[in-house]
Amino acid sequence: MSHAPLPCCSVRGLTKNHGEIRANDGVDLEIRQGEVFGLLGPNGAGKSTLVRQLTGLLRPDAGSVQILGHDIVRHPERAARLLGYLGQESTALDELTVALAAETTGRLRGLSRSAARAETAEVLAELGLERLAARPLAKLSGGQRRLACFAATLVGERPLLVLDEPTTGMDPVARRAVWSAVDRRRAERGTTVLLVTHNVIEAETVLDRVAVLDDGRVIACDTPGRLKALVDGDVRLDLVWRDEPPLTVPAVARLADRADCSGRRWTVRTTPEEARELVAAVTAGPAFAALDDFTLATPSLEDAYLRLGGRHQGLAK
Amino acid sequence: MTVLTPATAAPAAAPTAAPLGPAARLLPALAAVYRAQLTRAKVARIPLMFVATFQSVGILVMMRGVVDSGDNASSRAVVAGSAVLVVAFVALNLLAQYFGKLRATGGLDHYATLPVPAAAVVLGAAGAYASFTLPGALVTAAFGAVLFGLPLAHLWVLLAVVPLAGAALSGLGAALGLLAPKQEIATMLGQLGMSAALLLGVLPASHLPGPIRALRDLLPSTYGVDAFADSFAARPDWAAVLGDLGVCAGVGLLALTLATYAYRRVATR
Repeated sequence: MSHAPLPCCSVRGLTKNHGEIRANDGVDLEIRQGEVFGLLGPNGAGKSTLVRQLTGLLRPDAGSVQILGHDIVRHPERAARLLGYLGQESTALDELTVALAAETTGRLRGLSRSAARAETAEVLAELGLERLAARPLAKLSGGQRRLACFAATLVGERPLLVLDEPTTGMDPVARRAVWSAVDRRRAERGTTVLLVTHNVIEAETVLDRVAVLDDGRVIACDTPGRLKALVDGDVRLDLVWRDEPPLTVPAVARLADRADCSGRRWTVRTTPEEARELVAAVTAGPAFAALDDFTLATPSLEDAYLRLGGRHQGLAK
Repeated sequence: MTVLTPATAAPAAAPTAAPLGPAARLLPALAAVYRAQLTRAKVARIPLMFVATFQSVGILVMMRGVVDSGDNASSRAVVAGSAVLVVAFVALNLLAQYFGKLRATGGLDHYATLPVPAAAVVLGAAGAYASFTLPGALVTAAFGAVLFGLPLAHLWVLLAVVPLAGAALSGLGAALGLLAPKQEIATMLGQLGMSAALLLGVLPASHLPGPIRALRDLLPSTYGVDAFADSFAARPDWAAVLGDLGVCAGVGLLALTLATYAYRRVATR
């Protein structure tokens, strides 16, 4: 008899209230082994609450969480032996040196002192942190500190990595180091990654599948490509005016009613044909004189999110 | 041959659960936390250590103005109380602040998502904070003994007093820091605890009114102060010293158990 492979993480009907607020409302998710799975949503969508229940930090009001076949609601202490967690805070490690933070974390994951030291050296070299090894985390820049915490998450191997906005504040070099390290573990050891993010560009590049959360519910779950296909055909036109928009131009006046206006920036989602006409209208005469910049782009996950009925104005902070 | 057949059809076997990763055992984890905390203390706490020592030395100088020097109960109490005050400043006050901050900022999540026994985190941090006070306590005691004309012969008793009073005070500090609902309250409780150790530890017990003396008996550091004060006698009553140290050890054990309970309560759900 053959079975479907064991999912890495299986969540059913997960519900959690914070007082009057329903932070998670019947969340269902299935994360396959070896995939990079994303949780995408605006602030307050319930991403962190969901992750805190998956990591055993928070008890759900209802529902089940299974990680690699273990019931985490009944045995929350098992989560620490199945996953490595990178939270948003580094206060527990701030006054340690980068090397000691990683080594101590490895030892607390059950490694011997020599194994923790050897793994620390490997991980620091892999992430290009050797030069900073002897410096306390508190003395580093935000991005460097984040990378050091990521290093600590990797020492003491676990089959699942839960990373809550891992690349916040990082420069492109550090960000690339993170995703190379993730890819290597996935290729060599089949590591699964659960990534919490509201960075749409990062989500599109690194995720195999993504669940979009809004007001505590999963409103969509698919590959970034398929989610974007929901808004296929449409394009997004961004206009940035130097000063006041030239409403005397009829095309601009018509646009004023339907564009999302954010200060001097107007965004409109439309068909490629109409976009062409709009571009022609705003790149000539008085409209062009008032125009500071414009971009025409294919749809992003953010457009898909809005089309799906996300109740917030986009995903950005 | 007997074939055992289940009465009802067994459900299709679920895929078996993956093996769990290793968990950290108590002593290695404790050693790792202790080492990390000691390094941390070296980086961040050396200036505060000077403050703790200067504070106690200042109190000794001040008390010299009102207490006669020479071997008497008051001078012993002042020197012993000032030395133990260094322990209270760091182990109770600073540890309460540290755990208060860790709880308030979500730093406890780091430990709570690692397979580490609660006692290892609490004992490692408490041990590191307590041992960090040893040099300051020794300097204060030596300075005080010279200032008040007390014998230096039994200063070594401090080597037992610091870890035992340290256990009691750091246990209390950790518990206060962890249980305080807000970081500011943790800081306030730590400061109050230290003030209590100052007032009730440094002033000679015989000069305190009855109710205050009863309060003094409740303070975990009192027995460390008394043991150390007794050791300044020309011929110390070692049974009394051991008795006081025994009480100190008992209170230390209780305080650390309370702190471990507090950690479990707030760090795990």
